[in-house]
Amino acid sequence: MKVGIIDYNAGNLRSVELALRHLEIDAFVSGNPRDLVKADRLVFPGDGHAATSMHNLRERGLDELLVNFFRRGLPILGICVGSQIVLDSSDEKAAGEAEPTRCLGLVQGTCHRLEGSSPSGPLKVPHMGWNAVQFSDAHHPLVQGIPSGTDFYFVHSFYTEVSDPTIILGRTEYGQEFTTGFVKDALAAWQFHPEKSGEWGLKLVANFFQWRP
Amino acid sequence: MLKKRVIVCLDVKEGKTTKGIKFQDNVDLGDPVAMAETYYRQGVDELVFYDITASAEKRGIMLDVVARVAEKIFIPFCVGGGLSTAEDIRRVINAGAEKVSLNSPAVKNPELIREAARLYGSQSVVLGMDALADPSLPSGYRVVINGGRTPTEWDALEWALRAQSLGAGEIVLNSIDADGTKAGYELKLTRLISSRVSIPVVASGGAGTPEHLREVLQEGQADAALVASMVHYGTYTVRQIKGYLRQKNVSVREA
Repeated sequence: MKVGIIDYNAGNLRSVELALRHLEIDAFVSGNPRDLVKADRLVFPGDGHAATSMHNLRERGLDELLVNFFRRGLPILGICVGSQIVLDSSDEKAAGEAEPTRCLGLVQGTCHRLEGSSPSGPLKVPHMGWNAVQFSDAHHPLVQGIPSGTDFYFVHSFYTEVSDPTIILGRTEYGQEFTTGFVKDALAAWQFHPEKSGEWGLKLVANFFQWRP
Repeated sequence: MLKKRVIVCLDVKEGKTTKGIKFQDNVDLGDPVAMAETYYRQGVDELVFYDITASAEKRGIMLDVVARVAEKIFIPFCVGGGLSTAEDIRRVINAGAEKVSLNSPAVKNPELIREAARLYGSQSVVLGMDALADPSLPSGYRVVINGGRTPTEWDALEWALRAQSLGAGEIVLNSIDADGTKAGYELKLTRLISSRVSIPVVASGGAGTPEHLREVLQEGQADAALVASMVHYGTYTVRQIKGYLRQKNVSVREA
């Protein structure tokens, strides 16, 4: 298996790289589509702004790479911003921009800002820390062996809303309930950081590499 | 539901931890990486490494510690102490730390917070703040720097709000009055800051028993509680602390 980690200047890839090394999964980091096209699985991480991330992807020709990879049915693991910008659009806009940020459009849906209140006052945003993820299909190979309701590590201010409810795999409550995991064809997307979520997180990453979609 | 976090802080001097003489489990006493692994296995939610190395020439040792920790533990961790330029911050993040904690240098140069947030995102920028009770200020607390020795002009609440607007994503709030007393966290200060900012607040200073954590997480409205000597000296394990909190209906992560 050849695993490529997409580098598009969107946060720290080091923790993803180290988690894969710990799981003895051979992976290379690259921002060049000509290298990444040789991979048979991609990890698409990311921290940061949706508009900046889309800009960086387009500048490197990585948007096309991802679209082609997805159409060929090769597995992609989207993490955090990487789980958001596979949707049609995001409300996380560039400064002065009126329209939502146009994203990759691999999966029908949009991203909205987290809002709401908590028992002790206004909701703190970003949603930072450990929170439970309820799996809608406990037998799915991606979550095999992991109890529904396990806590994972989150850091984000926007959440995903997918149009097709049948693709949802994880839901989480923070101010409101929202989607934190979905699977579309060979694309698996998690809002939280499995590479920073302890042993259960590592198990989730390992499951992705066992998965034969 | 978002869980309350239990965070362990390790002071590191020239690559060695300065506490932990009664540490159990056969760990190499004084090795921050071995101690981090032990706390990771006990279910700690996050770790903070505070570099107290005095000489600038020996600061590089910390980067090696950070890199080795990142290979072994798969939870977020923060590094603080002696970070005064964007270049210092870059080195620590690239070595594998999730977050950096900025304390005295941020007071001397608030733009450092903005710069760090621009480069790495607010989620990576923690304001470390030492506060001392001072009835002459509006909030009743004054920001002090250089380990509590030097008073500043800043009111604690005013500085917390200012740091938030500059891009800090979290505050580690240390009470100089409570620090080292083992008599409990400063609840009034913690509640004051946590209820007024919109970013998470980590309470620090004064922890001696698991009940102290319950108090500050429930009554003090802290999002997380920092512990050091109560676990380093083997008085409690992280697992025992979290077990107690769970029993008292504080929602904590099971690991």
